[in-house]
Amino acid sequence: MQNSTSATPPVRFSLSNLLWTLVRYREAGISIFILLLVFVVTLRAPSFLTADNFNDILLNISILTIVALAQTMVIITHGIDLSVSSMIGLVAMMVAFVFKQNPEMPVIFAVLLGMALGSVLGMFNGLIITRGNVPPIIATLGTLSIYRGLVFFYSQGTWINSFELPKSFKMLSKGTPLGLPNMVIIAIFVALVVYYFLNHTRTGRDIYAVGTNPDAAPFAGIRKERIIFLVYVLSGLLAGLAAVLWASRFESAQTNTGSGFELQTVAASVVGGVSISGGVGTVPGVLLGALLLGIIQNSLTLIRISPFWQLAAQGLLILIAVISDKWILNRVERTNK
Amino acid sequence: MMSSSSVSDAKSVKLISENAPAVSFLSRFLHWEWLLVGLIFIVVIVNTQLTPYFLDANNLSRTSSDFMEIGLMMLPMVFIIITGNIDLSVASNMGMSASFMGLLHNMGVNIWVAALAALLLGTLGGVLNGYLISKVKLPALVVTLGTYAFYRGLAYVFLGDQAARGYPEAFTYFGQGKILGTLIPFSVALFLFMAVIFGLVLHRTTFGRYLFSIGNNENATNYSGIPVAKIKFIIYMLSGFMASSAGLILAARFGSTRPDNGTGLELAVITAAVLGGVDINGGKGSMVGAALSLLLIGLMRFGMGLLNIQGQVQGIAIGLLLIFSILIPSLVRSISKAGKNINWRSIMFTLIFLVIFVLFFIFFFWSRAAVIASV
Repeated sequence: MQNSTSATPPVRFSLSNLLWTLVRYREAGISIFILLLVFVVTLRAPSFLTADNFNDILLNISILTIVALAQTMVIITHGIDLSVSSMIGLVAMMVAFVFKQNPEMPVIFAVLLGMALGSVLGMFNGLIITRGNVPPIIATLGTLSIYRGLVFFYSQGTWINSFELPKSFKMLSKGTPLGLPNMVIIAIFVALVVYYFLNHTRTGRDIYAVGTNPDAAPFAGIRKERIIFLVYVLSGLLAGLAAVLWASRFESAQTNTGSGFELQTVAASVVGGVSISGGVGTVPGVLLGALLLGIIQNSLTLIRISPFWQLAAQGLLILIAVISDKWILNRVERTNK
Repeated sequence: MMSSSSVSDAKSVKLISENAPAVSFLSRFLHWEWLLVGLIFIVVIVNTQLTPYFLDANNLSRTSSDFMEIGLMMLPMVFIIITGNIDLSVASNMGMSASFMGLLHNMGVNIWVAALAALLLGTLGGVLNGYLISKVKLPALVVTLGTYAFYRGLAYVFLGDQAARGYPEAFTYFGQGKILGTLIPFSVALFLFMAVIFGLVLHRTTFGRYLFSIGNNENATNYSGIPVAKIKFIIYMLSGFMASSAGLILAARFGSTRPDNGTGLELAVITAAVLGGVDINGGKGSMVGAALSLLLIGLMRFGMGLLNIQGQVQGIAIGLLLIFSILIPSLVRSISKAGKNINWRSIMFTLIFLVIFVLFFIFFFWSRAAVIASV
């Protein structure tokens, strides 16, 4: 899959070649798919193409985008972080507990506290993966159940409900001082920072290098372990941020907050063209992947397909994404020969 | 081995079954498996001290059947992990098959026909995984992550917010019944029978050796003329079949089916296999170890349940066990490699991280104290 970024485009000019060059860029492929979907859904439900509905979709995918970007960085290093959902659950619960007791606390403190707590959890993941040589999937599978268990232990099974949280905290995600809801602005900000980080900083490029060839990276002077540790800390940090937004948006912290969310983040990344074997993935691609998931979720409701189809549609979409990827890759390799 | 091309097939099969497995199987048994046996003894002794109900034959008999779905799915999972692959879709496949049977049952189809159809659907689920992984050559993690959502989604499509119930007694026997005259549940007997078969296939047949070989070096195995794609296809199909069998057993045990049955069990299945010494990177593992680790997890959960510890909190212990089972051997290895040189830098970092984690837990307990006191 690494080839798709480095292969030279075919020289001959023809319509089919042009089409293939277009499809090869993952972002173009998904964009076409999204446009088609929007077209079809609008035919069935005209209310789909309204500013209100678009606002809804953006609100719904903000949290997903933030965590999917973190997941992307992890997957680029050829790892995976399955524990994001439990980190969200644990951090959301802890922050909600703190705010229940101290309603007067400034809201910015919630954001900082969430990110700090998330980082510690991510640090634990990073340590057992780099220092303990535990494969990422096993390590985060373990912490997935450890952190979820800690949520239950922490709250003794109780929930924090809407009336127990201060208004300022609830408005953190939904307030619109800048025109768009804060949460959407935070997601856009995170996307810009991650984009800059991955493309224009040395550490960001090292993340790609580690994923592309883990054995060669140390010879290029890259401290592989440090990079891998870093991505898990970042994953925890962004999961912590997402947790605060989650608690603020849904105005509650429950013992099962975020359960199963890890799958959606991996789905958004993979659909967005991030290769599970490492080294490949772009921020715009992941944004489009998250948008596609959001649109599907939204449109299934609008065109009155039973919500029970949603999960199946999501799974099918992941399969279609990876199969078409493989198909395009084979096609490109053949034309390049 | 040099002259393997000139040796006839029949003879090479014989050579393999006589020599290789016996040695490696026994030598491995001397390590990890005995550690598990030791842990099992510790768990049993500690639990008998803590509660008098632990060694109750009726309790043990009833609780043992709680883990048989995990066990049935674990058997093919051992095969899959040994080849260096993974199947995240097993629990979803189990839910899909059980829900499909429930749907047919609700529609008035004969329960045995419905069960057969469910087995067929589950096997087809495995076939789809196998096809995408072995023929289309997609990474197993992504494929089974996709089918993990897809199959669970289909379970919801089949039953929605309904539950299927009212299975005839002849069917619920598979989950609730005991072997005549004993306390052994039918599902446990089924698991033991299947475990012996899977164990023999893994450790006593060429097919089993091929699995290890694929796990150690897939490319080399392919160049040796071993049909790697076909073998991978078969084990995923097997996994689908066993997952749907587990689904039927679960439905029979509960006497009802809901589409969310068994959500998250794939983690328990993988935990059991990995804790049993099956290397997640492939190439290593034994069926005895996997069966022992299932016993260990079962006893631990049973003991914690008797002590009134919530199921989710029990997950902490299982998760730690999973991580430490890999962490400790690798830490011991790296410490013994480092030898006598004391690395002050790494000691300093260790201390810093320790302080951070201690602070985290101080905050953890401090922030919950007031709220918990008020509840």
